[in-house]
Amino acid sequence: MRRARALATGIGAVLVAVLLWEAYKAVGGDDGTSLFGVRLLPRADDAAMPHVYDVLRRFGEPELPGGDPIGLVVLKACLFTLRGVAVGFGVGALVGLLLAVLMQRFRVVERGLLPYVILSQTVPLIALAPAIAGWGGRLSLGSYPWQPWMSVATIAAYLAFFPVAVGMLRGLQSPPRVAEELMRTYAAGWWHTLVKLRLPASTPYLFPALRLAGAAAVVGAVVGEISTGTRGGIGRLVIEYSREATADPAKVYTAMVGAALLGLAVAAVVGIAEFALNRRRAA
Amino acid sequence: MRKMIGGALAGVLALAACGTADEPATPSGDTGGTRTVKLQLQWFVQAQFAGYIAAVDKGFYSEQGLDVQILEGGVDIVPQTVLAQGQADFAVAWVPKALASREQGAAITEIAQVFQRSGTYQVSFADSGIKAPADLKGKKVGNWGFGNEFELFAAMTKAGLDPGKDVTLVQQQFDMQALLRRDIDAAQAMSYNEYAQLLEAKNPKTGALYQPSDFTVLNWNDVGTAMLQDAVWANSEKLAGDSAYQETAVKFLTGSLKGWAYCRDNAAECRDLVVKRGSKLGASHQLWQMNEVNKLVWPSPNGVGLLDETAWKQTVDLSLTTKNQDGQTVITKQPEGTAYTNEYVQKAIDALKGAGVDVNGTSFQPTTVELKEGGA
Repeated sequence: MRRARALATGIGAVLVAVLLWEAYKAVGGDDGTSLFGVRLLPRADDAAMPHVYDVLRRFGEPELPGGDPIGLVVLKACLFTLRGVAVGFGVGALVGLLLAVLMQRFRVVERGLLPYVILSQTVPLIALAPAIAGWGGRLSLGSYPWQPWMSVATIAAYLAFFPVAVGMLRGLQSPPRVAEELMRTYAAGWWHTLVKLRLPASTPYLFPALRLAGAAAVVGAVVGEISTGTRGGIGRLVIEYSREATADPAKVYTAMVGAALLGLAVAAVVGIAEFALNRRRAA
Repeated sequence: MRKMIGGALAGVLALAACGTADEPATPSGDTGGTRTVKLQLQWFVQAQFAGYIAAVDKGFYSEQGLDVQILEGGVDIVPQTVLAQGQADFAVAWVPKALASREQGAAITEIAQVFQRSGTYQVSFADSGIKAPADLKGKKVGNWGFGNEFELFAAMTKAGLDPGKDVTLVQQQFDMQALLRRDIDAAQAMSYNEYAQLLEAKNPKTGALYQPSDFTVLNWNDVGTAMLQDAVWANSEKLAGDSAYQETAVKFLTGSLKGWAYCRDNAAECRDLVVKRGSKLGASHQLWQMNEVNKLVWPSPNGVGLLDETAWKQTVDLSLTTKNQDGQTVITKQPEGTAYTNEYVQKAIDALKGAGVDVNGTSFQPTTVELKEGGA
């Protein structure tokens, strides 16, 4: 019952967004609304805001004459990017988790490392992405040469580890003092306290952090692809299609819808994991 | 305890480092008679690079004993930096941008000037009455910035305008919607790309595609402020001391220029080769691009790829003197060391002449390409 209601709310939200879009298109001026030469409301003409059904129709039409329909091209690109997102998300979450455990265990590490963890997120991505792509050319995993998608995954991991590290640190520190002291009376060591007390106590912090990390991994992968021009992914499609905005504005939106759906898919995976874990604990 | 921290940190570092290949340079050693060469482009595969693509696909590089890998560019990929860092053996880059990188320490040398002319236009609607750079006065002028704007600024300065005061400068997007909606009066456009995008868009008034007669084009080659564009750059240090690399440079240029000659005579086939490489731009757009790019390469009276020293001097002078809206010039002093050499391209031209290839294209005639909506 509750699931049905959640599904209905989700569909309703999409419908409301579509209605708002089309309503603004119907009401808004083709040239937007300007006050003293400053445009306050965006343009509503077909070039800036194509009709929703135009975008949907474009999904079914071939990308180039005789080629695959755009829907298929976007889906393939999303699957390509998903690999970078998944690897980046996994590595990022693992690194974030290890850092959080380390920082919780040793106050000196927390004091020494946390500022750098925060600093790491202030490095502009457009400066970082070409540098990572550049290093990639010099690396190899054993005998397996470095692939461009690995650079993209690295950028995704770089963004994804941060919310996990910070969120999990809060989570691991969350058990009240009495609980820690009780563990001590049981003569439980650091490892047992971590596994029996701190990790279970941190799940309410973990899943919001993982959701953020998932979204960050998608953004990192898409921006990484745009920045380094990695062929095959949705980021590359966004930039390729945006060049055709002059004559085919609906096409640009197909790639953007694809990127948004990719983000939703990753969030859904995290949601399912949370649901499964909660049910197991409740049982 | 300190030991434990050290060990844990080392573990994290090891995770981050993965494995580093022993040899940082690209593996260009001989493998079974063929030599692997990496060429870094400035952008995604498109007809702008047709000569190199044709040379790969038609086997002109393998004739020379080279296995050439083409590396595509991206938004933040700077080809001359990739080259200077040793991750490509050769790179295609515009001369002013490469000169700026040289001044910042990139050890690179130009070895061939493939595009003899500049492909940058400033396009406006015909009814705006912008027939000369001086007419830009009081107009909203779009430009891409990031070093793509200096020809425009040189032209405005030459016409007696102060680009900072006499025009309103607008940062332009990738597409041409700003011009079509008349948000700006004049837009920067490459003859082989954005100008074609204009002609692929529907004119809402007529319901048909825009026609060239709807627009006026300022061509910097005619104005006299053109700067050199696509050129092949090589690693200066290896060029100075490594005789195998010098030999590779000649072979690489021989194959590349043969590719360009092939695309001059077989534009439609070269278009197909580019499309087959997975370009997302439509077929009529790519044929237009091939034709326009051919116009930039051919005719080459002194031989294809040979750098004309007058054009070089004009590019360097404009790079030294033209100020953009931030008051910056491309370079602050004359290029030091060997910025360019015609030594290798001359050898390549001689080899091609010996093989009966037309390296001048004096009889080259561009065709008329009909663009379809959206470049399809």
